[in-house]
Amino acid sequence: MTVLAPTPGTQAGGRTAPGAASPAPRRRRRRGLAGLALAAPFALLLIGTVLVPIGYAFYLSLFTERLSGLGFDGPRQVFVALENYWRVVSDGAFLASLGNVALYALVHIPLMLGGALLLALLLDSATVRLRQMWSLAVFLPYAVPGVIAGLIWAYLYSPNIGPLSAVLPFDPLGRSGVLSSIVNMATWQWMGYNMIIFYTALRAVPREVLEAAQTDGAGPIRQALSIKIPMIRSSAFVALVFTVIGSLQLFTEPVVLRTFTGAVTSTYTPSLYVYEAVFISNDYGRGAAASLLLAIASALLSALVMRLSARRSR
Amino acid sequence: MSVTTPTEAPRAVPGRRGPARPGRGPGSRWTSTGTVHALLLLAALYSVLPLVWLFNSSTKSMADFSTTGAFELADWNLWTNLGDLFAEEDGVFLAWVRNSLLYAGLGALLGALICTACGYAIAKLDFPGRRALFAATLTGVLVPTTALALPLYLLASQLRIVDTFWAVFIPLLTNPFGVYLARAFAESAVPDEVLEAARMDGAGELRTFLTVGLPMMRSGAVTIVLFQFVGIWNNFFLPLVMLTDPRLFPMTLGIYQWSSRVSQFPQYNPLVITGSLLAVVPLVLAFVLLQRQWRTGLAAGSVR
Repeated sequence: MTVLAPTPGTQAGGRTAPGAASPAPRRRRRRGLAGLALAAPFALLLIGTVLVPIGYAFYLSLFTERLSGLGFDGPRQVFVALENYWRVVSDGAFLASLGNVALYALVHIPLMLGGALLLALLLDSATVRLRQMWSLAVFLPYAVPGVIAGLIWAYLYSPNIGPLSAVLPFDPLGRSGVLSSIVNMATWQWMGYNMIIFYTALRAVPREVLEAAQTDGAGPIRQALSIKIPMIRSSAFVALVFTVIGSLQLFTEPVVLRTFTGAVTSTYTPSLYVYEAVFISNDYGRGAAASLLLAIASALLSALVMRLSARRSR
Repeated sequence: MSVTTPTEAPRAVPGRRGPARPGRGPGSRWTSTGTVHALLLLAALYSVLPLVWLFNSSTKSMADFSTTGAFELADWNLWTNLGDLFAEEDGVFLAWVRNSLLYAGLGALLGALICTACGYAIAKLDFPGRRALFAATLTGVLVPTTALALPLYLLASQLRIVDTFWAVFIPLLTNPFGVYLARAFAESAVPDEVLEAARMDGAGELRTFLTVGLPMMRSGAVTIVLFQFVGIWNNFFLPLVMLTDPRLFPMTLGIYQWSSRVSQFPQYNPLVITGSLLAVVPLVLAFVLLQRQWRTGLAAGSVR
């Protein structure tokens, strides 16, 4: 980190002309240089750890390893253009993983965000003294690492250890119940975090608007539906974007559950599929292609949600 | 854009400051205080009981763990469990604790400083490529880390830095969302007039940032530090992909590796559970103690 010492030149320039003509071009350029210097470390990190890897993955996704001749020469890199992408999208395992994530998102997103919104509204009308305690308690799971959250719930689901398999009407580690179990783990972890975001947004709703509504005879539920919820819509959309991205990259919970149940396959979600392609099949081309498809899908989906939110709040 | 302070609200309605607090009218039975608190209590129990289970289980011996009920108390065995935990495999757990602290502590401080500087520059200084950088940052926010981890691995293996500290540490420093937050903080917390005044007094741009801008963005910066700490502490996928040497593992990866053995070797159960407790406690404490900081920070970042 270099710190530019103030030169006499800037000092004089600043002192003599407080009027309109003061920012001389030289000063403006210095400001530009300082901006570059402050932004450079992050810009370099972004290039080195996001842009270049994506570019490299794209390059790799265009090649595949083939055994040449009788295989005595070892594998050779062969340019195959978009064949890897075609192999991924026509792979039944990949499609099944997309199906799993879609089903997961369909249940998790409304449940988690709806729960967070309901809790935020309840908190907004709770006694002031207890607010802090309730919100902290519900927020705490966010502080638990995903792996640990996964392990805690996996134990709670396990037949001889936890109480849940005896209480639940389905087997939480069985083939049909495991998706609900994953939904529960993620909901447990993220509901409080989103509740705090919604609650903070609710606190910013102008009180006079609510008072006016009350004078007009609107009850608490009516107030929530026609004033509070519409006014925190932008926060809700931001939360939605992050939840959508999070859903697409679902990885930790299923990976942890894999050691407790056979119901989670090695390609259960797209992220697991990518992991399998690279580390188990050693098929870098296919893994890179699937990785990029996942990144593109996330960016597109989030852009779509953002676009929707911009249109709605206009 | 900005958060209106609730305190100035009553002035807007002169002559009406009745006892009726908005949002809590005379109320139907449905929304009575009792129901509200019952529902909140239910949510709190759902959130906290698994953690209670974790604590309770880590105080049990292995025999009690499989024979006593999940929330049933048994003989106090926590100290023995902790002793076993730190003795396992020549004290590898201590190395994991150290690694987690190093990755998360150093990564959070350095990463937050980098984010804050960049966010401040984007918000307050005009420089070539500013818009492009912000657009690239937003893309970075939207592309999930899991989708990036494998490209990163492929690149790192090309550069032959897989299975080193740097392979995990450098990517974790990159926090596009932190830059996004820092830009929002700089816009709302650092008035242009103050910067102009500092310039009038002859402070260079970088000094203005360090002595004027950064202190004004303090609560935002603390929030970024805290959330980046949590993000790195909780990160699992990147270390899983990059590391094979157990001595470099962070706690999450180490505990996961032990947990994958429990189905064959039940003696790993107490290690996994007690280790999990130790991976959770520091963060829970940090959030309880720093409540005021992260609450205001979250508020400034999310209400936009």
